Amino acid sequence: MLQIDLWKRILIALTCAIGIWLALPNAFYGPVEQHNDAVAAMEVAGSTPELEAQRALWPEWLPSGLVNLGLDLRGGAHLLAEVKVEDVYASRMEARWPEVRDALRSLTPVRRQQSPADELRVRLNDPTKMAEALEITRGLAQPVPTLSGVGATDIEVRGDDGTIIITFSDAEKQATDERTMQQSLEIIRRRIDEVGTREPTIQRQGTDRILIQVPGVGSAAELKAIIGTTAQLTFNPVVSRGTDANANPGLGNKLIPSIDEPGAFYTVESAAVVTGEELVDAQPSFDQNGRPAVSFRFNTSGARKFGDYTAENIGSPFAIVLDDEVISAPTIQSHIPGGSGIITGNFNVEESTNLAILLRAGALPAGLEFLEERTIGPELGQDSIDAGKVATIVAFVAVLFFMFVSYGLFGIFANIALIINVAMIFGLLSLVGATLTLPGIAGIVLTVGMAVDANVLVFERIREELRTAKGPARAISLGYEKALSAIIDANITTLITAVILFVMGSGPVRGFAITLGFGIITSVFTAIFVTRLMVVIWFERARPKTIEV
Amino acid sequence: MRLRLFKQAPNFDYFSRWKLWLGISALMMVVAAASFLIQGLNFGIDFRGGTTIRTESPMVVDVAEYRGALEVLELGDISITEVFDPTFREDQNVAMIRIQAQDGQEAVTTDTIQAVQTALQTVRPEIKFISVESVGPKVSGELIQTAAIAVVLAIGAVLIYIWLRFEWQFAAGAVLALVHDVVLTIGVFSELQIRFDLAIIAALLTIVGYSLNDTVVVFDRVRENLRKYKKRDLKEVMNLSINETMSRTFMTSFTTLLALIALFVLGGDVIRGFVFAMIWGVIVGTYSSIFVASAILLYFGVKRDWSKPDANAGNQYANIDA
Repeated sequence: MLQIDLWKRILIALTCAIGIWLALPNAFYGPVEQHNDAVAAMEVAGSTPELEAQRALWPEWLPSGLVNLGLDLRGGAHLLAEVKVEDVYASRMEARWPEVRDALRSLTPVRRQQSPADELRVRLNDPTKMAEALEITRGLAQPVPTLSGVGATDIEVRGDDGTIIITFSDAEKQATDERTMQQSLEIIRRRIDEVGTREPTIQRQGTDRILIQVPGVGSAAELKAIIGTTAQLTFNPVVSRGTDANANPGLGNKLIPSIDEPGAFYTVESAAVVTGEELVDAQPSFDQNGRPAVSFRFNTSGARKFGDYTAENIGSPFAIVLDDEVISAPTIQSHIPGGSGIITGNFNVEESTNLAILLRAGALPAGLEFLEERTIGPELGQDSIDAGKVATIVAFVAVLFFMFVSYGLFGIFANIALIINVAMIFGLLSLVGATLTLPGIAGIVLTVGMAVDANVLVFERIREELRTAKGPARAISLGYEKALSAIIDANITTLITAVILFVMGSGPVRGFAITLGFGIITSVFTAIFVTRLMVVIWFERARPKTIEV
Repeated sequence: MRLRLFKQAPNFDYFSRWKLWLGISALMMVVAAASFLIQGLNFGIDFRGGTTIRTESPMVVDVAEYRGALEVLELGDISITEVFDPTFREDQNVAMIRIQAQDGQEAVTTDTIQAVQTALQTVRPEIKFISVESVGPKVSGELIQTAAIAVVLAIGAVLIYIWLRFEWQFAAGAVLALVHDVVLTIGVFSELQIRFDLAIIAALLTIVGYSLNDTVVVFDRVRENLRKYKKRDLKEVMNLSINETMSRTFMTSFTTLLALIALFVLGGDVIRGFVFAMIWGVIVGTYSSIFVASAILLYFGVKRDWSKPDANAGNQYANIDA
């Protein structure tokens, strides 16, 4: 029937108005973006006249949600990193050794044996005590909380010919991996925040991957320099210095190369005096000679250890070790109380700044391997936006014109609906904070083409009904009624593919799926409700005896 | 006066040679598949790993010079192509350099990229690197897999939906038409050696969506007319349905093509392959909804009497209590 209840009319009009309202900021992208940045900056750092002026560029009472531009439109760097979660097993196993040794000491003396990194092999001097030793070692296992497994413990112990082999259980490995991932995410986030760029995306993907997208960074290589370093800082006592890369460091020591003296190797004690975990602050600074350096401060326990050690070892060298390379090995001149100090080395200003950032943000628990990296220059993004804009406008105008010459007045109705449709897509994208990518623009253009389909279906149907000589009111109402099943079936099938694209896709493809999906929803809404409302209102006013579609 | 393709509903006979049309489609699919098997797709780095670098320079691109600069680095297979586009400025000379994934490297190395950039800057100091993209072989393998799964899932989901809304014959017709479209699109990409990357998969799925859109509109009308004209021959009903929906099919394809062609010409070279796939898909999809989907429906035939319950089913249940 050609009747629409008043409340429905209001609801339809209201929905359109909200869509356009939400889309509005995107028409003034530059000022709104500055406004948003200023608001964010003022929350953190308080107000300045400059920020006030920027904030005033866009009125407070208007919506300020924008469509995010994807990296392919804005430029920036994209990295996909795999966290080598197994790295952590070795150090956790290492920590188990003293515990096992002490527990078995009263039974029989034990010796540690060579083993893969994630295993601990302990040889019993007296193999006959195997059964008791196994029992004692199993007693060391801790329960692991899991969702399913009741009674899962963190280690598995088995005996093999006088040797006890300790491995982590699967539940423990999973729990460790989970913790490693959480820590890695947190530390990467902190490091990027320290650099202070806008809207970075740091997402976990799958079990052991992290996706990092940072708009505006010059290149992926720069980004890698910040997040790719593990930044494990330790202070170790130096045993000796040499040039032999194959020298035997001896038990409890390790041999590590120097970072800026090629061919030099230091033998240092494995056990560190203090580690980077006890740092509370690190800042880029300069040494007495004006060369870039990094000054640091320890927390209370770190300061005590550092103070005690320097007091006892005046005159001997100690090594500052970063990721298994010696940055420098100064000689302790005097007792250093208070826990602050300075790291000198062969830095330039940029390197000392980066090192300070890394030390402040903390060390990554495990190494990263980069599987994918993309840098898109801002120029290319701007070119793409410009081309996309022109293409969208041309496509839009062509479709509007073609609809008008084909359907006359009804074509104008469809055209108004199409404009509302595009506004609503942008409104929805802003509302959910979706990201617009280049394929996303293509999705909008495709929607422009396809959005008329629902209207075309209806109009063609009305034409057909008119041919069988029904009155105009009856023809219009039958047209909508009969076209509905085709519209719904056709759009649901397309929506299915959009959803699958969204779930399976990543990056730009996902951006495309979002715009396509929103486009389908809004185009069905505008065709079934908005165009119909316009047709009905027109029909009520004009009461034509005959109509031409 | 209104622009109108048909004054009256057209009255073509689409199915007098339906076996011929199906044969032609089958033949084209064989050609496409053969091209794919013999020549293979020109996979982008998304699918085979490696690095692409887009360079821009005010000076005209001399491919031989670039190649000479890079050959000494011994990075294996390097392809350098100059990119032309009407949207470029006068002093904008763009080239794409593609370097294969380096042996034995799971991850991407900054060193390689740095070496390439330095080498190019030595011969062309004014060159700028507009975008650098690197994908490790580990990820690219997974991307192919996910992409294939996505296409299969989409087609499967559609099969189920149409089966529920129509009859299995309709679902079979629609899905075979989709397979036809996908195969022909992959075929054209292999034949013309256009770069096939992740975005093309998105285009492929959109084609699936579009072609289906078209098929469903035709099928919807067939369903309606089958109820209306219970006595008429199936072929006649189908011809009638397609003729009735012809002007809509034409209008929608035309407006979509209009929008896509605007994007193809003016949208820049980055998405040109993607838009090409969609244009091809709209054409093939429109063709296939008539000459593949409907022809297959004709081949399978349809259960006609929609209003009454199936007589056999009734008997089976009737026997249970007897």
